[in-house]
Amino acid sequence: MTEQNIISISTFCSKYEVPESFIHSLRKYQLLEVIEREGEAFIRVSHLQWVEKMMRLHYELDINMEGLDAISNLLQQIWKLQQENQDLKEKLTLYE
Amino acid sequence: MDYIDYYKILGINKDASQKEIRIAYRKLARKYHPDLNPNDKEAERKFKEVNEANEVLSHPENKKKYDQYGKDWKHAEHFEKTRQQQRQQRQRQSFHDTGEPFGESDFSDFFESMFGGARQGRQQVRFRGQDLRAELHLNLQDVYTTHKRTLTVNNKNIRITIQAGVVHGQEIKIKGHGGSGINGGPHGDLYIKFIIENHTSFKRHNNDLHTTVNLDLYIAVLGGETTIDTLDGKVKIKVKPETQNNTKVKLKGKGFPVYKKEGEFGDLYITYLIKLPTNLSNKEKELFLELSKLR
Repeated sequence: MTEQNIISISTFCSKYEVPESFIHSLRKYQLLEVIEREGEAFIRVSHLQWVEKMMRLHYELDINMEGLDAISNLLQQIWKLQQENQDLKEKLTLYE
Repeated sequence: MDYIDYYKILGINKDASQKEIRIAYRKLARKYHPDLNPNDKEAERKFKEVNEANEVLSHPENKKKYDQYGKDWKHAEHFEKTRQQQRQQRQRQSFHDTGEPFGESDFSDFFESMFGGARQGRQQVRFRGQDLRAELHLNLQDVYTTHKRTLTVNNKNIRITIQAGVVHGQEIKIKGHGGSGINGGPHGDLYIKFIIENHTSFKRHNNDLHTTVNLDLYIAVLGGETTIDTLDGKVKIKVKPETQNNTKVKLKGKGFPVYKKEGEFGDLYITYLIKLPTNLSNKEKELFLELSKLR
């Protein structure tokens, strides 16, 4: 993993103006993977979009961590169903 | 321009308190928020309505004006003009501009006509710019190879790389190319959805391609070679003797490129459609008759 692929939690939090405790809570609820390296904590750049989404839900809609956990599971199901739906539509065109 | 009943949108009475307005807004925002309704345009539309209703009703001065003039917005425009004239006069006198700039908005014409560019009583909160969504129509042949393309969004040219193998409906995010932030907030993102139109004789399923190839009767019976078109050019393939109609064969690695996996391809499935000869000559008829007697 290269340095470009990860961002330190302290840098992220100062840029987005969120407390570091928010990221640690996401980790506690297994909603985000945190990488430890030489005593510092990092998150993957590829996960930023997901963290931004969790931030919006938490800070704009007042959804607590338990709610984010439930939403996360439901969103996974929605995406899976949408993907299945798309696959089936494509399959159907083969017979049309 | 139609009158918009913001109270109805939030499902509250006209005498609702600020706390009740806030609760109603939060409840509906949680229901229609785009993050909770992926790929749902209707939810996105409703979310904008709810936001607009909250913008008016949660600010006492806006609410007062809406309550006073809401059903008769033309009078509100008149009211607004008079107010602006008074403000301009004051500005001329004091050489002081106290008006706040108003960034890009996503509000209805009704809202704009009533509240114009100035959101009264607004706090200096930094808002991230709006995410923009665009569709890019491409042909199947276009996405067979990785290529660059220049798009014009909001009068700005953006050069993007379109990776081979993108699928119909796939969306990519271009960070920071959305709407401008308000009060110094960050730019939103630009989401580009690929709409892939297929004008070829191939049908695509995931990374595999499917096609039908006409096969000469004699090659089907005796075996031989035939040349077929692929998206990568012509390919000569061997046909086994006694190949039956509707036989399906797989050409490994001749399908569609796998997204972001250079050098990896799906397979090409060919269904043979055996063409029987027509307008037979007398000689051919004789030979077919002879053949039939042998069976």
